[in-house]
Amino acid sequence: MSDSPVQSPAASAARTRANGSRVALDDVAIRRALVRIAHEVVERNDQVRDLYLVAIPNGGVPLARLIAQQVREITGVELPVGILDTTLYRDDLAARGERPPLRRTEMPSAVDERVVVLVDDVVSTGRTIRAAMDALMDFGRPRGVQVVGLVDRGHRELPIKIDYVGKNIPTQREERVVLRGSKGNLEGDLEVVVLAEEESSA
Amino acid sequence: MMGRDLLGIEDLDRADLERILETAERMQEVGRRDVKKVPTLRGRTLVNLFFESSTRTRTSFEIAGKRLSADVVNFSPSQSSLTKAESILDTAMTLDAMDPDAVIVRHKVAGVPKRIADALAAPVINAGDGAHEHPTQALLDCFTVKQEKGRFDGLTVAIVGDITHSRVARSNLYALTKLGAEVRVAAPPTMLPIGIESLGAKAFTSLREALEGADVVMVLRIQQERLDGCFFPSIREYAATFGVDRKKLRFAKDDVIVMHPGPVNRGVEIAHDLADRRPGVILDQVRNGVAVRMAVLYQFAGRSAKREG
Repeated sequence: MSDSPVQSPAASAARTRANGSRVALDDVAIRRALVRIAHEVVERNDQVRDLYLVAIPNGGVPLARLIAQQVREITGVELPVGILDTTLYRDDLAARGERPPLRRTEMPSAVDERVVVLVDDVVSTGRTIRAAMDALMDFGRPRGVQVVGLVDRGHRELPIKIDYVGKNIPTQREERVVLRGSKGNLEGDLEVVVLAEEESSA
Repeated sequence: MMGRDLLGIEDLDRADLERILETAERMQEVGRRDVKKVPTLRGRTLVNLFFESSTRTRTSFEIAGKRLSADVVNFSPSQSSLTKAESILDTAMTLDAMDPDAVIVRHKVAGVPKRIADALAAPVINAGDGAHEHPTQALLDCFTVKQEKGRFDGLTVAIVGDITHSRVARSNLYALTKLGAEVRVAAPPTMLPIGIESLGAKAFTSLREALEGADVVMVLRIQQERLDGCFFPSIREYAATFGVDRKKLRFAKDDVIVMHPGPVNRGVEIAHDLADRRPGVILDQVRNGVAVRMAVLYQFAGRSAKREG
């Protein structure tokens, strides 16, 4: 996901910018959604200590950290947070042009017998989640896998279910939905933006 | 912007080199997993076409390809097929007709990988051609330098040995200068090509001066099999004047590392103990070779099988 600095955090959701792109979730809304998701994760899993948050980079990383922080506040349990790049597991290796850059994978704990909660920013076709599950299995045999999607924008192409959804955002296929930070590099205030066609094709 | 083939470091720019080194870093993490295999090149076929034998480079490419789930076929034309007068291009085009996704070529004559690349649909990766280039060796050397030193800017690298006949020296010279390091080459005058300074290196005929303040020393193999002329009086004299040992390394920086592309002539160009122990990092280079070749295969294998136009 690309992210570029924006001028200021959006005061309200669904605000439309002059160029036609719109903020679907601002920093306050994102944090609120993650607090709720953290409660749902704790509620659904009796053995909180067996949970393992695994972020799909880049967008999943700050989200997984915020969920881990919330779970600690609710239960006092410090969950491990891993990062799992799915690029080498994609099903669309291009014949032309440069190959996509690989992102860092850091899996600090074993996945065996743990319930892995995959955290992604925007879920759409389900292909990234499919790739992430394949990658995960190369690291061991988790007892279960659940998925957090901050945004579910639809257009599923595979039978993938999202267990915890921040917000459903209906979109056109051509639109792009990105998580980005006010200071760039997913730092500062976060926001989810639906990019208008001209900006997404740029 | 990288082309379809990897024929030499000369064709790459700094951003390309940095991209491959960064990819190699990620590939190294794959090599540390219990399951050291990713499905990226599943269903793809790589051909190791080695006209000149090289167990280590061929094996390194083979392991790299297999870790990416590619099928790897080794093809080493024997003397007999040469006596059958099958030309190099015929051999390459026969292989190409079987639709490989990359052909990795080694040949003792400079320029052969380029000739093959011009004739084939598949991307070609140069695994060493004569005294021209050995791009993946330079990439793994740079990767090792980056891991040890964390940077290239401001580093001084001394390349010692038969510069004239060394594709490793040429490729490293291109790579290191593009990445921002200062490169020195040191050799007896008979092994120092005229005009080497135009490639950005400082030339020395005194090992001591070349080592002064060096961060990295790259020792080249004395290729006795290639040297039919008289380039130095005797092996013993070469070892005494240009052989790198702990005593001569005193002139270099305290944290100097010593590299060698292998296989080493112990006691000739490099002292016995440096071949196995720090500041020698020779086995780290071999280890890094797999990650770097995975990065190269990720970038090049399977790229536009058909030429445009």
